[in-house]
Amino acid sequence: MKAKTVKAKVITGNVAAATAVRLCRPEVIACYPITPQSEVAEQLSAFVADGLLDAQIVEVEGENSAMNVVCAASVAGARVFTATSSYGLVYMYDTLLQAAGFRAPVVMVNVNRETPGIHAVSSGQQDLISTRDSGWVQIIVENDQEIVDQIIMAYRIAEDYNIQLPVMVNYDGYYLSYLAEAVEMPDQADVDAFLAPLKKQPPRPKLVPGEARGCGTHGIEMGYVEARYKHCMALDRVKNHIDKIDKEFSEYFGRSYGGQIEEYRCNDADIVIIASGSAAGTTRTVVDTKRAEGVKVGMVKLRLFRPFPEERLVQALKGKKAIGVIDRSVSFGWKYGPMCMEVRALCPKLGSSVPILSYIDGLANLDINIPHVGRVIDEVAAAANGKPYQDVTWIPMEEQR
Amino acid sequence: MVIKHKNVFETESAWSDANKQMLCLDTGGWRTERPVLDQTKCNYCGLCCLYCPPQCMLDKSDHYEANLAFCKGCGICAHECPRGALTMVPEGDFNQ
Repeated sequence: MKAKTVKAKVITGNVAAATAVRLCRPEVIACYPITPQSEVAEQLSAFVADGLLDAQIVEVEGENSAMNVVCAASVAGARVFTATSSYGLVYMYDTLLQAAGFRAPVVMVNVNRETPGIHAVSSGQQDLISTRDSGWVQIIVENDQEIVDQIIMAYRIAEDYNIQLPVMVNYDGYYLSYLAEAVEMPDQADVDAFLAPLKKQPPRPKLVPGEARGCGTHGIEMGYVEARYKHCMALDRVKNHIDKIDKEFSEYFGRSYGGQIEEYRCNDADIVIIASGSAAGTTRTVVDTKRAEGVKVGMVKLRLFRPFPEERLVQALKGKKAIGVIDRSVSFGWKYGPMCMEVRALCPKLGSSVPILSYIDGLANLDINIPHVGRVIDEVAAAANGKPYQDVTWIPMEEQR
Repeated sequence: MVIKHKNVFETESAWSDANKQMLCLDTGGWRTERPVLDQTKCNYCGLCCLYCPPQCMLDKSDHYEANLAFCKGCGICAHECPRGALTMVPEGDFNQ
């Protein structure tokens, strides 16, 4: 570890995010406030007003403009940031695609919240799932410390010359956005040093006044195919890159998150539970309890959702007797949860007879609590022993409240 | 996978330099009518050039002429001309 030791402070996830962004020194910010993200926008404005951050904040009338502003500033060469949530994320959908198509290294925080058309100001990953195929790198974090560390790492991913892609850092609304926990905020000099390798890279193409250049405007026939192919190849490169950056981060700051996925007590496990976001914390606790009772269970925390960490997951899940996937969202038109669907796509490489149980839980701020995860582990363990199981379980629908 | 394609873009992202390569379609092929000028009525006001959507009007010093490689034949120039100097003539009336 090279970083200066810092004292932990108890702060909310939103304040943690805004402070981490400040340390990364973005030059242009455009954020439209929306619950549960508003505190991020407010904090960043306060930092600029107080002279703690030298950035231009562009006041916009909505999220669509917010993404347009940061996308344009990014192709003009600036380091940019924006943050949103739910309705805001889907309101910027076309510009979201544009930023990805332009290969603009935008870093965005998305505070996960349920989406329309059932109005719910509550936590859930439906907004993330609704933008799954937008061409962005999508990362999900578990706690306030990981928010800080992942935002810093996000710039090393987005702005890397071999990547050049926008990165969306997702964290659970309410559970992380508003609840405070102890966070070690890195020193400015250490963040500067960690981001310094970006300055040594070849300059990426940018808009220059007086030069007739276009970006993403001329996708005729093979130009379109080529741009899409390069985009997909770049997303594929993100997988190893995120592992590399995580390793570098842990050597510098002493904290590691496993890169694409975190494998927790998986090595000798018979069964594995896959969870993401704040629910991974609960799952880890229950895995420990069940281990003490003699159940050979492990957890995979899915950190990288797009690109999907195929190779790492196959490695972690190969030979397991049964798998359970906890989704905090639904897939319209497929009975399994969205993340479960993705895991099921690994079947040809895992052995197609392995039971993969889908659990839908935690929608609309309903807790993915300890008894729920306990139930998941019990049922997946039973399935591993050849007992009959149901493919999909909506946990709250089987409870009388 | 064996890639045989020769890259259109020099950069990782889809950047192009309009001074070297416009990378846009030969939109003239879409045309069913073309603007024909009666030079006796034209006073070189430039409105046809200002209104032209693909900006294909070429400045000929005393009048403007559509670049037929890009003119889509939309007819806006003829519609906007205050002196009625431009007429849209069906492509079938021309040899090429």
